[in-house]
Amino acid sequence: MTKQHNCEHCPVHNKENLIRLGVNMEHVDYVISLAGNPNTGKSTIFNNLTGLRQHTGNWPGKTVTRAEGGFSLNGKRYKVVDLPGTYSLLSTSTDEEVARNFILFGRPDVTVIVADATRLERNLNLALQILEITNRAVLCLNLIDEARRNQIEIDQRTLSKELGIPVVATAARQKEGMKELTRAIEEVATGKTVCKPYRIEIRSAKLNHAISTLREKLSEQFPKLPNLDWVALRLLEGDPSIIEAVRSGELGRLKADVSPAQTLNQDDRK
Amino acid sequence: MIENKSRKDREDILTLANTTRWDLGVNFHDSVIESIYEDASRIARKTVSMKGEKTPYSLDQKIDKIVTSRWSGFPIMLLLLALVFWITVSGANYPSRLLSSLLIDTLHPFLKNIAALVNLPWWLGGVLIDGAYLSMAWVISVMLPPMAIFFPLFTLLEDLGYLPRVAFNMDSLFRKAGAHGKQALTLSMGFGCNAAGVIAARVIDSPRERLIAIITNNFSLCNGRWPTQILIATIFIGGAAPAHWAGLISAGAVVGVAVLGIFFSLVVSWGLSKSILRGEASAFSLELPPYRPPRILQTLYTSLIDRTIFVLWRAIIFALPAGIVIWLVANIKIGDLSLAEFFIQWADPFALLFGLNGVILLAFIIAIPANEIVIPTILMLTVLTAGMAGVGEGAGVMFELESIADTEAILRGGSWTLLTAISLMLFSLLHNPCSTTIYTIYKETKSAKWTLVATFLPLLLGLIICFFTTQIWLFLAK
Repeated sequence: MTKQHNCEHCPVHNKENLIRLGVNMEHVDYVISLAGNPNTGKSTIFNNLTGLRQHTGNWPGKTVTRAEGGFSLNGKRYKVVDLPGTYSLLSTSTDEEVARNFILFGRPDVTVIVADATRLERNLNLALQILEITNRAVLCLNLIDEARRNQIEIDQRTLSKELGIPVVATAARQKEGMKELTRAIEEVATGKTVCKPYRIEIRSAKLNHAISTLREKLSEQFPKLPNLDWVALRLLEGDPSIIEAVRSGELGRLKADVSPAQTLNQDDRK
Repeated sequence: MIENKSRKDREDILTLANTTRWDLGVNFHDSVIESIYEDASRIARKTVSMKGEKTPYSLDQKIDKIVTSRWSGFPIMLLLLALVFWITVSGANYPSRLLSSLLIDTLHPFLKNIAALVNLPWWLGGVLIDGAYLSMAWVISVMLPPMAIFFPLFTLLEDLGYLPRVAFNMDSLFRKAGAHGKQALTLSMGFGCNAAGVIAARVIDSPRERLIAIITNNFSLCNGRWPTQILIATIFIGGAAPAHWAGLISAGAVVGVAVLGIFFSLVVSWGLSKSILRGEASAFSLELPPYRPPRILQTLYTSLIDRTIFVLWRAIIFALPAGIVIWLVANIKIGDLSLAEFFIQWADPFALLFGLNGVILLAFIIAIPANEIVIPTILMLTVLTAGMAGVGEGAGVMFELESIADTEAILRGGSWTLLTAISLMLFSLLHNPCSTTIYTIYKETKSAKWTLVATFLPLLLGLIICFFTTQIWLFLAK
């Protein structure tokens, strides 16, 4: 708070117009999902954004289903979906599937990847997997207060450059950094910030070849999909829900239009 | 035509993927994961730096060494639990008396007077005031104080980060039982509410282990059953001990029942994984979160709103119709006997084999929608059948209970013994889940078979355990 007078010119400073909407989510303009490892404070951030009081607890695996709420910022209405915490998106447990299917099929306009600043490396494993699926994301470096207390320093600029998405440091329990986070969300949602997400470098030549063959075939069928490599990889791994989505053509329809309202309806129909 | 062609093209893609998969060999999944890990590690090295010499979380690690140690982990766990119950038991008595004198001694006669003034028909007044209102008042005065103390304490432990340590301590036990280590987490959730524990089992990947976790969740004492345990332990077990030890011993008894529940959870998991749900336990990693200073006000708020009021509300909602049902079974007569008396007399000889009585059995049937109302139902039915003059104002009417001592007088009047109390505590731990939990199990498993197993297995186990306890007790007493 002491630094406040230095930031008066920053647009973030004047963002007092966050209106928490609780569960009132009619006519939303954008859909935001919160994803991340277990126990990184997703639910706390969710509560801060929406003004709801979802039960939070210092233990991994508390949120098993997704919780939804809303807020409004600068006249736009956002729906926030709190996803269960997972360590990866590769396996088949129900909570991981809930998270992955929502990011993939629910097509949120922004995915906020909530990471524990004190355990960045492990949290990045999931962040990289999320960036394989979606183009629009913000990395929320939460628990930054704990990191500071433990003498851990993180170079946010480099991190942001490496990942190709905005990085915001927060201490959600103290409500620190929330304005910056909402601003980053807004900028990605409205397209003011364009992400160039990091893509994993596959080191096996054979696998790379297989992926590129499949990618070509897939791009004929689903020309607008941004994450064809990932779909190809999932097909190679025999992921049943992706196979089903390719077979039925659902994967292509998802991308036909990116109007958020339509995406939302699609999600609600499920 | 175009649609057909693209459908065929899509199938071609899938076929191509299938054939390529075999060319790639089995290890390609690992190589993808390796790539992810390498990239994550490279980015982390580039961006994270440590200043100072201090290893992060050195204090956390020191505490963890003690609370998760092979030697001190379990004793600390039991002591903490006992402390929580001791505070609950000794703190709840006074506010409980206050509430009951307000709701039952003052408000109930007042309502009756109003009913008399407006000439309400006797049966309508009976159903509403003596049935519905009194059972609700009872639930509030008996359940609110212990919950308002117990839940904040439990939430504090949760907020602090102690629960994952409990799971860590129990992990190896569960693995030995052939169950998933995360079952320790679902079990802890079950201590709050079994329906929540059943839903929490979604964190377990393998369907086999998830089923085990769902079926055994009922062995975690839930919100609805803690008050029963605490009350009965206070009256009968604390009552049998010297006065200054009473609080501690009754807290110990409640911990004992809770630990017994964990024990059954393990034994039944082991039995299931060796019989109908055979298989190996899968490995998993459990992360111990750092200790975080609990936010006291927030904790009070969430535990009071989310848990206490939620549970109380549920109890009240179920107590209202149950109160009506009780009043009706007590007042609808077949010949000379009311329906309730009829059932109780019929069930008594059978129930006595298990150390229980007909009243308790009927109460557990009426309380299937919510375990919370077992005790109020028992008290009402006991007064009714023991025909205690002067306590009630008529058949099926709840009476003025000024304190826990009055409750004791009623139960002893209903010829309860220490054995009845112990059997009731055991049976309350080991019986069918409440209807909400049963419905949740069905929704989660989508299987009538497993829902039936999860419903009747604990009941069967409860009858067996109560039977043997009773027979051994009676044999020794001779």
